[in-house]
Amino acid sequence: MTMTEIRAPDRAHEGLTYDRVTRIVARTLGNPSRGYYVLLGSAVTLLAIGVICLLYLLRYGLGLAGYSMPTYWAIYITCFVFWVGIAHSGTLISAILFLFRSGWRTAVYRTAEAMTVFAVMTAGLFPLIHIGRQWFFYWLVPYPNQRGLWPNFKSPLVWDEFAIGTYFTVSTLFLIMGLIPDVAAIRDVATGWRKKLYTITGLGWRGTNDQWRHYRPAYLYLAALATPLVLSVHSVVSWDFAMAQVPAWHETLFAPYFVAGAIYSGCAMVITLLVPMRRLFRLDEIVTVHHFENLAKLCLLTGMIVCYAYTTENFVAWYGGPTPERAAFIYRAFGRFWWAGWTMNICNAFLPWLLWFKKVRTNITALFVISFFVNLGMWMERFVIIAVHLTGEPFEPYVRASYNATWADWGIMAGSFGWFFMWFLLFVKNFPAVSVSEVKEELPPPRRAVAGAARHA
Amino acid sequence: MKFPHPLTPILDGPMTPGVLAVFKHLDGTVDAIRELKSTGHRDFTVYSPLARHELEIALAQPVSPVRAFTLVGGIAGCSIGAWIALYMSYDWPIVVGGKTIGSIPPYVVIMFEMTVLFGALTTLLGVLFNILLSVRQRGRIAWDPRFTNDRFGIFVPASGTQVTRVESLLKECGAEEVRHA
Repeated sequence: MTMTEIRAPDRAHEGLTYDRVTRIVARTLGNPSRGYYVLLGSAVTLLAIGVICLLYLLRYGLGLAGYSMPTYWAIYITCFVFWVGIAHSGTLISAILFLFRSGWRTAVYRTAEAMTVFAVMTAGLFPLIHIGRQWFFYWLVPYPNQRGLWPNFKSPLVWDEFAIGTYFTVSTLFLIMGLIPDVAAIRDVATGWRKKLYTITGLGWRGTNDQWRHYRPAYLYLAALATPLVLSVHSVVSWDFAMAQVPAWHETLFAPYFVAGAIYSGCAMVITLLVPMRRLFRLDEIVTVHHFENLAKLCLLTGMIVCYAYTTENFVAWYGGPTPERAAFIYRAFGRFWWAGWTMNICNAFLPWLLWFKKVRTNITALFVISFFVNLGMWMERFVIIAVHLTGEPFEPYVRASYNATWADWGIMAGSFGWFFMWFLLFVKNFPAVSVSEVKEELPPPRRAVAGAARHA
Repeated sequence: MKFPHPLTPILDGPMTPGVLAVFKHLDGTVDAIRELKSTGHRDFTVYSPLARHELEIALAQPVSPVRAFTLVGGIAGCSIGAWIALYMSYDWPIVVGGKTIGSIPPYVVIMFEMTVLFGALTTLLGVLFNILLSVRQRGRIAWDPRFTNDRFGIFVPASGTQVTRVESLLKECGAEEVRHA
């Protein structure tokens, strides 16, 4: 008995046919509506604000950012970690759930994968902005300087560079691999210039047994490679902090805590993107409440892990030996940035408890609102870990300066959202935003026996 | 001396004569594959808009060699990762953080990332290479745009008296359209 015979067909897609799936996805690539242009225009405006702020930063230097001793990692590194985190659920949904044969992923994984690629593209900008002299970006590449000195491979910052580089390359490959059969399916129903575009990007795919024979195992191997990669990338990002001696950074808990937080924020971002996309592209038949409920369950699971991590790190700070650690956590809760600390606690540790209720998990409006607050909370978490704990670090009590973000910081952060949404919107209007061939895999195949029975009924 | 373009047989080669059948049902396609195999046909091509285990089982093709590409790429990436980190450490020996010059635990991160990177890149190369090779071996064969949408298809290379025999076999298995191509 084959695996497909054992597995029950996905009830969420009852009544769909292969042709209907192709037509629904092809329809999303038609002429854009006014709503689409409004969204794209808003994204481009935000990007323009970011670009203007960046140009000022280039002209006047990093003094324009709100850095002051000892806070030299602030909004840019916060945004970097936030966007890398957003990227994580994409690979979780596309690779890990693929290995687990989770049928519901087929309807949402393309959105998540595209989100991953564009989020890593956004994240990658921030180390470049942060270094100040962007024209020397190639100093990050491992090659010796004028004195023949190589980079320090014991530094987590070098690990991070390798991790992010690999993650971007592999997630892009994974997205492109998944797109090939779907672009070919759209190519064969498209007309005009789009047909030409998909003829080139479909890479000559015809669905022959030879093509499927090599394609399927390759997709499986990519998923198998991407699975440990997901877990490693945010672990490496967490070690950027955990390897340092700053109180509230130097924690062994950081790797799983960061990975869970990343997937939590990523799933929330998938919900934030899918809700308007489903309405705009009329994808109700393919992306159903069942899919949103499963995404909410993922949010619930990872949210509970985040809640546990918060409890543990507060407990260890209280119960453990070092007084600087305790001082850092008191500063987080009652210091100058108490509002950031409590926003993070409420949005990430308390809000996911609502998802225990099925009524909330199946209410798309409620999920959209919750996903927005989860994203806010997760951004705030990175801000607290990075900027707040650096500002409040008790090693240099003679430093009385406080950290204040400037308009350049906020402008560049807004620009990053514009950059991300612009690429995402352009992608979903030009390439299939839902997997055509994999959604078909979840439908019962057309069989003669079934057709005969229906005729005689 | 002018070398032939490697893609010429795929893009501009002569069409292989044969019979193309369009199927609406998966079980009909599977029956046709079994019938064709039992009558000695080996070099036919099956088109499908999606991957189905039923087709894989009926075709019983050998395992794809792509896995060898992934394995070699992964091992090469791991070795290159170890080599760059160790070579660069010993090329200018400097003690950092009180660790030995060639300290393996931090380099495991680099080795792991390079394993995944090279493994993924060679997997892609493996797919492209193997698919192009198989397309080149088959030459140009008939196809229908419906095969990426909602129809299954079988192309059987045939000529002369074979054509009518293959056509009737495919029709018996439930092909909704059979044409000589």
